[in-house]
Amino acid sequence: MAKSIVIIGNGISGITTARHIRKLDDTCRITVISGETPHFFSRTALMYVYMGHLKFEHTKPYEDWFWAKNRIDLVQGWVTEFDFNQQKIAVNGQSNSVIEYDTLVLALGSKPNFYDWPGQDLRGVQGLYSKQDLDTMERDTAGVTHGVIVGGGLIGIEMAEMLRSRGIGVTFLVRESSFWNNVLPAQESVLINEHIAQHHVDLRLGSELSEILPGQNGRVGAVVTKDGETIDCQFVGLTVGVSPNVSVFKNQNNTLLGTLEIDRGILVDAFLQTNQPHVYAVGDCVQHRMPPPGRRAVEQIWYTGRIMGETLAQTLCGKPTAYQPGVFFNSAKFFDIEYQTYGDLPAQLPAGCATFYWDKPGKNTAVRINYDQASGAVLGMNAFGIRQRHEVWDGWIAQKKTIQHVLQHLPEANFDPEFFKQHEGEIIGQFNAQTGSRLAVKSKKGLARMFS
Amino acid sequence: MKTIQRIGLFTFLGGFAAFLCLLTVGQYTLTDNILKTNLKAEHYAVLQPSLKNMVGKTYTDQFSFVADFNAPINALNDGYRAKQEWSKVIYDKYAFAVAKASSGGFAWSWWFLVSFGLAVVGALTYILPTTRWLPGIKNNGVFREAATSRGWVGISVGVFLVLFYVVLYFSPEYITNWVLLVDPISKALSGNAATQWFLYGFLYCLCVVIMGIRMLIKYRHSPYQMLRTGSVMFFQLAIAFILPELLLRFNLPYFDFKNMWPLDYDFFFDYNLNTLLASGKIGIFMLGWGIALFVVGVPIMTYFFGKRWYCSWVCGCGGLAETLGDPFRQLSNKTLKVWKIERYLIHFVLAFAVIMTSLVLYTYFTGRSSVLFLDSYSVRSWYGFYVGAIFSGVVGTGFYPVMGNRVWCRFGCPLAAYLGLVQKYQSRFRITTNGGQCISCGNCSTYCEMGIDVRAYAQRGQDIVRSSCVGCGVCSSVCPRGVLNLENADPKSRVLLAPNYPLGHSAVKL
Ligand SMILES: Cc1cc2nc3c(=O)[nH]c(=O)nc-3n(C[C@H](O)[C@H](O)[C@H](O)COP(=O)(O)OP(=O)(O)OC[C@H]3O[C@@H](n4cnc5c(N)ncnc54)[C@H](O)[C@@H]3O)c2cc1C
Ligand code: SF4
Repeated sequence: MAKSIVIIGNGISGITTARHIRKLDDTCRITVISGETPHFFSRTALMYVYMGHLKFEHTKPYEDWFWAKNRIDLVQGWVTEFDFNQQKIAVNGQSNSVIEYDTLVLALGSKPNFYDWPGQDLRGVQGLYSKQDLDTMERDTAGVTHGVIVGGGLIGIEMAEMLRSRGIGVTFLVRESSFWNNVLPAQESVLINEHIAQHHVDLRLGSELSEILPGQNGRVGAVVTKDGETIDCQFVGLTVGVSPNVSVFKNQNNTLLGTLEIDRGILVDAFLQTNQPHVYAVGDCVQHRMPPPGRRAVEQIWYTGRIMGETLAQTLCGKPTAYQPGVFFNSAKFFDIEYQTYGDLPAQLPAGCATFYWDKPGKNTAVRINYDQASGAVLGMNAFGIRQRHEVWDGWIAQKKTIQHVLQHLPEANFDPEFFKQHEGEIIGQFNAQTGSRLAVKSKKGLARMFS
Repeated sequence: MKTIQRIGLFTFLGGFAAFLCLLTVGQYTLTDNILKTNLKAEHYAVLQPSLKNMVGKTYTDQFSFVADFNAPINALNDGYRAKQEWSKVIYDKYAFAVAKASSGGFAWSWWFLVSFGLAVVGALTYILPTTRWLPGIKNNGVFREAATSRGWVGISVGVFLVLFYVVLYFSPEYITNWVLLVDPISKALSGNAATQWFLYGFLYCLCVVIMGIRMLIKYRHSPYQMLRTGSVMFFQLAIAFILPELLLRFNLPYFDFKNMWPLDYDFFFDYNLNTLLASGKIGIFMLGWGIALFVVGVPIMTYFFGKRWYCSWVCGCGGLAETLGDPFRQLSNKTLKVWKIERYLIHFVLAFAVIMTSLVLYTYFTGRSSVLFLDSYSVRSWYGFYVGAIFSGVVGTGFYPVMGNRVWCRFGCPLAAYLGLVQKYQSRFRITTNGGQCISCGNCSTYCEMGIDVRAYAQRGQDIVRSSCVGCGVCSSVCPRGVLNLENADPKSRVLLAPNYPLGHSAVKL
């Protein structure tokens, strides 16, 4: 009989695994079990559904017929029982069934953190992770005039933008002294602070939640900050980070035969294998025992989920492949400001590292490049309001090009649309002024240059 | 701001209501003189006796007027047909000209001010306050508004547009008051009285300009979108509308320098060729220009820039789609099935246009009208009816609020099909996707007016090379991660096959 691969979780990591297995192996059985929705959707697009840019169906990257055509069996339901010894799991849902596997892939994603604040169970208090969260947010923000968002991360600012798009007032409580300054260097962080304020969000820096007070009918009525201030509101978004979703293994009611080693996330080796034979894990729920150099053990982003899925498919199809993500990259959008980052660019400048920062005051446009003081090799970059070409930066960082080389060829990395104002001349001018060098721009913007 | 916008909306609706009401006011009085000047002599002779009773009588609505006027013509024709006297049947459509000449009794300037004046002021009052939003993509509520999500407003707009096109093409005699409204403008431009086509051109320009202003504000953070919008506004207003009218004033042939066969399907019709050939050097130049545009212009320009140089920078249909139609772009269908239908349909229309034109030219040069089993006159009238009127007008624009703003361009335009073939096989143009940065959010696909599933390419790191892409650049504008870019470069550098994996793995290639 054909080998049976069972994947739990139909997010980007589980689905990428399934698709790539099917590309490499035409015969095995692939079953994807997931509780949240019948089909894969893009979690990153949830905000656009709320804001009315998209309908939920638009967040589905593949048409519904795609799965049958590629013989990927979909089961909607929650897996509650695991028997790692007998290689069986049980799905509790519409189909109360036991499924046997030859290989099991855990792609369980994350869940939002809650820190047992008093009042966090009131109606109108929620995180934002799942489709169900989106639905409750839709329901509980109807008629709301003011909301409080707690936690200054990427999901927090998205929730603030969501509420603002419907004209709902927002107070944004951020524990840090500046928005996302555990990731962004100070200047970039301030740039975003100012932009948040431009969107009429009441940004409270250095402010923490103490408790949530009830209003009427079991709904939230206000929050109290650690400074003792009470802020009236009818909605509270709690976005203080996410953790690997391993609750299914900790729930006393669930049956677990055989053990799974878990720390913060499901522990995996370089081949994404857990301590159990035939059981692997990918995506947000993973904690790497030995993370690749320079990378975190738990890295909950879309792209790493995808790369893990691509890698695991190779291993499962007979080509054992270690997880080796390339040069780090990520992106986000803070209201109207697009942000891209390549390589390693920590909030605090590491020793031995130099930094160059340029911005266009009032234009929400900025570039930072970090480079090695001794060799001049570029290590990482942040771009705000300017699109950068992934391929070019990937090459520059991997090949350790010097800051001089990079600045002289910066237009090659420019990915802005045609007719957009270019800033490379100004950028290199500022670098010259600051360092006393006499560099000049040597290449032009555009794809053609990349091939010459 | 909301209040100002609401005032604007109601002012606009007031103007629009006045425009509709205009069709119910005024009076129609037929005179003998009107009959003499508008009817052919032989028709005047046979019709005058039965129309005698109508002359001098004042009608207060156009329906009874048109009915009374058409009745004797129909009766006469029935008689001819019964006797099989085919050559005597009256095919001329006199009702429009006669009704227009007989109409009067409403204060032109007052109605102009109230209808167009209020509508324009109202629309601008609605649009201009949006400058107060910070620049950036603001598609908030698009799928929550009844106008832009196939709700009752959208459907009503669609029904109105369909009715408008049906009346415009098939029964213009009922909208003579509207035509009279723009008569003075037509006279000022060309010296001639306005026809329903002048009215259409005028309304078309009004929509392109007002909704173009909306577009300029909406995309003021994107120089690409602003230039492109400015370009379609210019070409519609100056080249398609004003210039041809001025040509008439100087006794030159009416000619739209940016229109092109096979979109301009009657370019090779005998009457057009004869007019051009009879107009001396300038006529010959126009003929040469019209041919050079599609023989030389299309391959060269499309090679360098893709079909966008025409479809979203120059074309009139494109101009309307990108301005009036922009609020509806998200309604185009993105499924694989519809893509299939699109390819059959649009290439069928291209073939139809080529065959029709060949037959017309055959007839022109040989004088013979039947080829095999086809009659060139019937083929050309089928084309004019089904493609020229029904497809490009009634469905093409009327269905904006239901099927998106490029229904005609996507499924029907033979020129788009031709440009698309060049774009697909011989062009430096492509939409580049940025390494591994796509988060599969779906904004690009949703806002693609041509129904291209952009995301399907972007998430695999494959360039978008599609014959239908008109290069509007909106996918690139709405992408929250900076993934898409319209670029021109060596055709060989187009990434036509998706890489095994998008960028993201380390140097060891999987
Ligand atoms: C609002 C929001 C915005 C984001 N924006 C970005 C962004 O811009 N860029 C970026 O890089 N990342 C972003 N992320 C993070 C990114 O979405 C995640 O890293 C990614 O979706 C994780 O994918 P995954 O496949 O590991 O897990 P998930 O997508 O969470 O999929 C796991 C699935 O498994 C199901 N499941 C779990 N347990 C069980 C069980 N026992 N039985 C059955 N089913 C189960 C879950 O219900 C879920 O559907 C965002 C996240 C959120 C919430
Ligand atoms: S809009 Fe951008 S990020 Fe979203 S699916 Fe399209 S290319 Fe990907």
